[in-house]
Amino acid sequence: MSAALTWRGWLLDPAPVSRRQARLGRWFRAWLAFQRNGLAMTGLCVVSALVLTALAAPLIADPRAAILQVLTERLQPPSASHWFGVDELGRDIFARIVFGARTTLIIVALVSAIVAPVGLAIGLTAGYFGNWIDAVLMRITDIFLSFPRLVLALAFAAALGPGIENAVIAIALTTWPPYARLARAEALTRRRAEFIEAAELQGASHLRIILSQIMPLCLPSVIIRLTLDMAGIILTAAGLGFLGLAAQPPAPEWGAMVSSGRQVLLGQWWVSTIPGIAIFVTSVGFNLLGDGLRDVADSRSS
Amino acid sequence: MVTVAAPAAVTDGEWVRRVAGPIRRVWRLLFSVVLTFLGLTCVTFFIGRVIPIDPVLAIVGDKASIETYNRVRSEIGLDLPIPVQYWRYLLKVLHGDFGNSVITSQPVLQDLLRVFPATLELSLLALIIGVVFGVPLGVIAATHRGRWQDQVIRFGSLIGYSMPVFWLGLIGLLVFYAKLGWVEGPGRLDVSYDDIVPVVTGLITVDSLFAGEHDVFWNSLGHLVLPASILGYLSLAYVARMTRSFMLGQLKQEYILATLAKGLSPFRVVWVHALGNVWVQLVTVIALTFGNLLEGAVLTETVFAWPGLGLYMKNSLFNADLNAVLGGTMLVGVIYIGLNMLSDLIYPLVDPRARERR
Repeated sequence: MSAALTWRGWLLDPAPVSRRQARLGRWFRAWLAFQRNGLAMTGLCVVSALVLTALAAPLIADPRAAILQVLTERLQPPSASHWFGVDELGRDIFARIVFGARTTLIIVALVSAIVAPVGLAIGLTAGYFGNWIDAVLMRITDIFLSFPRLVLALAFAAALGPGIENAVIAIALTTWPPYARLARAEALTRRRAEFIEAAELQGASHLRIILSQIMPLCLPSVIIRLTLDMAGIILTAAGLGFLGLAAQPPAPEWGAMVSSGRQVLLGQWWVSTIPGIAIFVTSVGFNLLGDGLRDVADSRSS
Repeated sequence: MVTVAAPAAVTDGEWVRRVAGPIRRVWRLLFSVVLTFLGLTCVTFFIGRVIPIDPVLAIVGDKASIETYNRVRSEIGLDLPIPVQYWRYLLKVLHGDFGNSVITSQPVLQDLLRVFPATLELSLLALIIGVVFGVPLGVIAATHRGRWQDQVIRFGSLIGYSMPVFWLGLIGLLVFYAKLGWVEGPGRLDVSYDDIVPVVTGLITVDSLFAGEHDVFWNSLGHLVLPASILGYLSLAYVARMTRSFMLGQLKQEYILATLAKGLSPFRVVWVHALGNVWVQLVTVIALTFGNLLEGAVLTETVFAWPGLGLYMKNSLFNADLNAVLGGTMLVGVIYIGLNMLSDLIYPLVDPRARERR
């Protein structure tokens, strides 16, 4: 109890004695502001639950049940043994939802892992060097920005063939431009700052300045933007899955699960409805979390 | 006695500036439109080349001899250097030649023109729903910031933009068509009403009204209302959210206080003065929303068996009909570019400041 209090006091100390204390204190204050926002906390809970479910999937549900087809039990309604019912091929829907969380999270993680570095690299280069490099890179960004996202993803998936990897590539290709713009704007405003000049005078290379001085300043806005984009990425991925262009059967994927329940929608509502709720809850969660993070960042900057 | 400076006479230099500004702006716009279009063709051309299916093999079959294979290959121009191939592709696209569809064995352009009105009808109605309801809701949320009206509207739009549209469509069909029977089912018309109304605009609701076929009109409206409401809800969510944040920006301005102090009614200040300035920003949002609606149509049309562009592209996709897919991509891309250009052009018309600045 007292230890917690002193920790709190140390973190909230108005006169920190070390850089680490100052930084941790800043994070802690942000966390306190975030914590007061009930909706944002709900979002955080949903997202944490998703991550935990994905990580601990084999502990929560039997991995075999997600794939195993027990045709004698097909289309059974939700019950004590099958919490979410059984689908048209006799597979346990609960297990498929749990393992579908993995698929969803993998897609989101891979898209983020492509989009953030690519957007940062292009935007920072453009903003830092300016001139014709900026003009060329931003023109390319604008071209990609003015493309219809789902349709382009559709065309890519059609050309590369259906599958998770190709869905990721297709979504990433149409998602990176806003990050490049974000990073460029950030780099432009910092370009003439005195601490950059100081680093230049000390002989730091362009690459070093970009990576160690400018990029850390962009990261918060990039992370917030990513969180806000997650819902859109999940919806696009689920849409591609629904069209049969993401994960291929029998792998569990929520969008494809909604699609597979269409034939039995009238009689057995749970087959389509439950995966749809999973998609919806996840995307609400990411939206709430992103909104909360943005609010914290906005209140700090203003 | 206050001396007021006489308005400066318009000098020659001033005239040049006034005329040159807009001309330069239009040039820049045209330049960027052409560049974006070239980018789009590059992407579709690239997609057409990376596809794992060998187009030559598709024509000659896998039993053909090497000679036949090579002959056909040079006939379609695949042995030419890439830039030359791209140039030829570009010329064809500019002539509206997207090749023939494998499924319908008709020119893709002809197919696209046939299916597009269905998508247009759906997304136009959705856009109207989105703007007519979304803008006032956004304004109300902004003027009641933090109160229950704001909470309800924000929550409603959060649900809207977190919703998988295909799933909402299925649930809508289940509830309003199968259970309640309030609306008609999938498709644009009941089979018994097919081919009664001659195609003029391709929008069945409009065509049937002109032809005086009221039964057809009501039937088509019954089919249209559910998918359009669902898409409309999604655009409503986005429009309301953006309107709210734009309005909050305007309501903070000092001119609001000034107009209120002058004794204008708060209603007039909000709905005429503040909203008047917000329209400028909303133009871009609405253009973007329409673009998004075309995309959402791909999924909605699949759910509602709506014979439009989305369903056409989806079916082509699963029949490896690449010409049709790329043609559809090109059509949506061109509309996107056109919408962006349009909002750039309209912007200075509604906002005098944007005119002055350039």
